[in-house]
Amino acid sequence: MSKSTKPKLSVWKFASCDGCQLSLLDSEEELLAIAETLEIAYFVEVSRATVEGPYDLALVEGSITTQHDAERIQAVRRAAKYLVTIGACATVGGIQALRNFANIGEFVSLVYASPQYIETLSDSTPVSAHVAVDFELRGCPVNKAQLLEVLTAFLAGRQPHTPADSVCMECKRRGTVCVMVAQGTPCLGPVTHAGCGALCPAYARGCYGCFGPKNMPNTAALTAEWRRQGVSGRDVRLALRTFNVGAEPFYRESERHEL
Amino acid sequence: MDGEAILEYTDLSQLLSVLHGYGYTVIGPTLRDGAIVYDEVETLADFPVGYTDVQDAGTYRVARRTDDAVFGYTVGPHSYKQFLHPAVVSLWEATRTDGEMTIRTTPAPGAKYAFLGARSCELHALAVQDRVLYQGAYPDPVYAAVRESLFIVAVNCAHAGGTCFCVSMGTGPHATSGFDLSLTEVQGEGAHYFVVEVGSERGGEIFRQVPHRAANADESAAAERVVAEVAGQMGRTLDTDDLRDMLYRNLEHPRWEEIERRCLSCGNCTLVCPTCFCTTVNDVTDLSGQHAERVRTWDSCFTADFSYIHGGSVRASVRSRYRQWMTHKLASWIDQFGTAGCVGCGRCVTWCPVGIDITEEVRGIRLTDGALSGQP
Ligand code: SF4
Ligand code: SF4
Ligand code: SF4
Ligand code: SF4
Repeated sequence: MSKSTKPKLSVWKFASCDGCQLSLLDSEEELLAIAETLEIAYFVEVSRATVEGPYDLALVEGSITTQHDAERIQAVRRAAKYLVTIGACATVGGIQALRNFANIGEFVSLVYASPQYIETLSDSTPVSAHVAVDFELRGCPVNKAQLLEVLTAFLAGRQPHTPADSVCMECKRRGTVCVMVAQGTPCLGPVTHAGCGALCPAYARGCYGCFGPKNMPNTAALTAEWRRQGVSGRDVRLALRTFNVGAEPFYRESERHEL
Repeated sequence: MDGEAILEYTDLSQLLSVLHGYGYTVIGPTLRDGAIVYDEVETLADFPVGYTDVQDAGTYRVARRTDDAVFGYTVGPHSYKQFLHPAVVSLWEATRTDGEMTIRTTPAPGAKYAFLGARSCELHALAVQDRVLYQGAYPDPVYAAVRESLFIVAVNCAHAGGTCFCVSMGTGPHATSGFDLSLTEVQGEGAHYFVVEVGSERGGEIFRQVPHRAANADESAAAERVVAEVAGQMGRTLDTDDLRDMLYRNLEHPRWEEIERRCLSCGNCTLVCPTCFCTTVNDVTDLSGQHAERVRTWDSCFTADFSYIHGGSVRASVRSRYRQWMTHKLASWIDQFGTAGCVGCGRCVTWCPVGIDITEEVRGIRLTDGALSGQP
């Protein structure tokens, strides 16, 4: 048993691609500091050596898509003092939440050679649909700096600073030329939650909405402008149905546009 | 030096060299990512020679000109605010080592800039920001550090943009003060030169080292014609008559609700505005808990956090945020600082992703002055 007095960190995976956990491993320069300030008690992507709970902090990646996971998340919650979801899957259901709007039986029969072995729930749901969540970190994947901010804030006993402003705010602070205005490239930045640092516009691409809806997103006004600029209803619909399709404002708006 | 002088097109690069020789980092217009932005310029080749811009509400495109004009466009997405009042500034930081605290209380020193190509609206925007950040009882040290060593080469516009309305705001197009040197670009019949006016002693000292000759009456008249023509080409107009009071008596006008349906509350209009100065501060700590830093970033009255006080945002609706923005620019700014907070540069109109146009919105309110919204 561990004799460490450092707060115990655990990292959990549910239905996800591992990208968010990898963001933690990607924090190469800070990894040592993380290991110095937190006891990495359970993080199977890093080490098979695990320490039993309870844990001071649980980072949860992935959505809930099976009965088994629905039970497992209850156990994680019971074992954790603070539970933070990391990424779009854990926070809104992820890209796999597309199945919520289709027939899961049809998917299973088409994808798997022996569908009888598949046991799955009809919906992909966020962690908050199952247990109380202390903080939700957005992004597909999460931003490394914001993930470190979550850990730092936890250690300092304060709220993480992750403003719900538009991506445009980060885009303008960065000095990027707006791709929507100067190139006519459709961009979801005006309705998307900041956090990525406005990465895509800096590389001349429109925002894909990886961080989900911002505070009070006016999706109807933005998509009306896209349509005016020649984007088809189908493309509007598809653009809103990606990693954050489970976020109500994006899904609701996508429904207004015909495939 | 008395009167105006002529700087030949081919000698413009000499002015750049002299400025560099004086240790200035020269900031000028340059073409990048489909727009004419402000950045460091080394030689004339960095300028968008032969280019122009085509602007309208929510759209901006760079286009080729049929001549070699150096300054044949108007203002782009950037403004000098980026250099004087940067988007992100570390105000102070504290580090604890073995129980000892080391504190850096002053921001990093600003650069010594020369702005080459400042338009009249830009100079007025500088003057507006000066009143807010420099001349008051509490000058902002970051702004002041850059402002004090600033050298300004103004350019009189030879072309008005589709969203420009400086004439309405009384801020252009002729640059009349607030510069060290001013240039008016004249082309025609094989000639290509700048009519130069010296606006300060320092301007004179620098200009003496650049090859030039005295302007004759025809050349001065040609420069005057350029500016006069531009004044008649404004893409937009704004009726400023009784504007402040007109807005104050229409705080419950139905137009605000109607704008709310179109506005994204994205904040672009405030961040591109050369006079908007609002910031937020955030204390950043590191994992070890041994280092803390206070970081200031541009903020906007369109964000929810902007008006957050214990329990929630005071301006919970987009309508109230847009109203704050417009009435600050055109009404309460006058009460606060003695002039409007808008210089008619048109940036908020061009760079609004859905093309919301401040001049149109004012017109809409004025048209039904006194109308009341049904909503509380
Ligand atoms: S490029 Fe996109 S994110 Fe950036 S300002 Fe334009 S609309 Fe906003
Ligand atoms: S007026 Fe335009 S730029 Fe300003 S917040 Fe609204 S949508 Fe964004
Ligand atoms: S309010 Fe608009 S037109 Fe006026 S100075 Fe600001 S950006 Fe320019
Ligand atoms: S309009 Fe808004 S962002 Fe601009 S100075 Fe006024 S309150 Fe600040």
